[in-house]
Amino acid sequence: MTRKLVTVTAGLSNPSSTRLLADRLTNATEEALAERGETVDVRVVELREVAHDIMNAMTTRVPTGDLSGILKDMDEADAVIAVTPVFNASYSGLFKSFFDVVEPGTLDGTPVLAAATGGSPRHSLVLEHALRPMFSYSRAVVVPTGVYAASEDWGAGESGGRELSERIARAARQLALLATEHSAKTEDPYEEPTPFADLMSGLGT
Amino acid sequence: MQFGIFTVSDVTTDPTTGRTPTERERIKAMVAIALKAEEVGLDVFATGEHHNPPFVASSPTTMLGYIAARTEKLILSTSTTLITTNDPVRLAEEYAMLQHLADGRVDLMMGRGNTGPVYPWFGQDIRQGIPLALENYNLLHRLWREDVVDWEGKFRTPLQGFTSTPRPMDDVPPFVWHGSIRSPEIAEQAAYYGDGFFHNNIFWPSTHTRKLISLYRRRFEHYGHGRADQAIVGLGGQVFMRKNSQDAVKEFRPYFDNAPVYGGGPSLEEFTRETPLTVGSPQEVIDRTLGFRETFGDYQRQLFLMDHAGLPLKTVLEQLDILGEEVVPVLRREFAAKKPDHVPDAPTHASLLAAKERAATNTEDDR
Repeated sequence: MTRKLVTVTAGLSNPSSTRLLADRLTNATEEALAERGETVDVRVVELREVAHDIMNAMTTRVPTGDLSGILKDMDEADAVIAVTPVFNASYSGLFKSFFDVVEPGTLDGTPVLAAATGGSPRHSLVLEHALRPMFSYSRAVVVPTGVYAASEDWGAGESGGRELSERIARAARQLALLATEHSAKTEDPYEEPTPFADLMSGLGT
Repeated sequence: MQFGIFTVSDVTTDPTTGRTPTERERIKAMVAIALKAEEVGLDVFATGEHHNPPFVASSPTTMLGYIAARTEKLILSTSTTLITTNDPVRLAEEYAMLQHLADGRVDLMMGRGNTGPVYPWFGQDIRQGIPLALENYNLLHRLWREDVVDWEGKFRTPLQGFTSTPRPMDDVPPFVWHGSIRSPEIAEQAAYYGDGFFHNNIFWPSTHTRKLISLYRRRFEHYGHGRADQAIVGLGGQVFMRKNSQDAVKEFRPYFDNAPVYGGGPSLEEFTRETPLTVGSPQEVIDRTLGFRETFGDYQRQLFLMDHAGLPLKTVLEQLDILGEEVVPVLRREFAAKKPDHVPDAPTHASLLAAKERAATNTEDDR
């Protein structure tokens, strides 16, 4: 069947190493899903393009412009790849703001691959102290392998980029496995509300 | 179809003059606005209830009682009455009193209030918002329908042999709307009782609003109050009008850009595109409002937010003139022409009394 993959990238320059990593993760995940006999519907979201819309949603809750469709895609995603540059030792403000305007419950049970880029390997634990807790809070299923790419990982380092490639492939395989097992949300409180009698349970009548 | 206005009672600095009205000025302005609503032929004036600055409407029945004495036809309502932090016993008493004084021209809209710190000031906890709304309203509903009530619940002291006085006028309780922008539980509650459901329709894209309203309609039918398209739906909206569209945009922009609720956020153009806010000519307001019917089905009450964001009283009164003279007469005609016969109007005291008398006669006939 067709699986929906949404890649969210918070890189700011064009091209950015964050987008580059996002693309490699996306391609690797597509391949891993193909190996499992799945077709993939991919949407890559450059947060920069909806930066103002994210702030509009933050200030008024109204998701203007393309953001509305992006939030719908997030809701329907079987897998999410989330890539941020490291700013001030954490995810970027734009990245966090986007996930702050994603409706609570959207990522409940959704497999998420967390990834980050930085100029130095010293920030690699950002995946563990910033991204993973945020996605755990969202009740997402975060794949065990996170991918951090510092400048030296792109080929200048001792391994010539081989280690990064291996890491990307491993993370993508893990994400693909979870995406295959992901089932679409069945509970919609607007479609099937809790009946009044159940709402009143335990209350004075 | 009923048309009216609703106010949140904010005291906001006029960004074009830097002047902030005093609380007294704002309170008197709200009264002037209500009187104007009747003068220009609107049906409903609804006041918010807030217990924190910058809002002044902490005592809705005092204000509505005063307005009742100075009007003849206007229906006095709330937007919203805090069903969470008010004692339902006091609500039963105060609004029944108001109903008598206003000769039945009273209904209420229940709401929860979304400001966490307000709840403990009244001994409550926002985390219990939904259960509070459910239990308190259930008690209020009984107090208006049963002369003597024994009751025990989770959130207030028990009642033994309690009679809420005065009894509702003609033993017909005020009609109740339940307002919510996103809670399916509240739509379910409104449907269960066969009460009205109101969506403020201001900050929310229409897709979300539609989900909630269709849930309410479906469940209204489920609970046997009529067909889904006979459920009682109210909608908000906000408009600013001038004869020429460009003049309206030019005049309203500084208020929009500096409003506490959307200042620093989207542009006026983005917000008018994505939400029901309409800034333009009376014809644009007419077209947009008729569009609500296409989106949400035939509905019974349309309230507009007109006096907010620091707009001066003079401007608001001009807006009401335009609304009453150029917009509402057309909307009345158009909505009436489109409404199928089986879709009811919003209940009023007169219609509820008539229905009650009809029901009594039918019961006697059955014997």
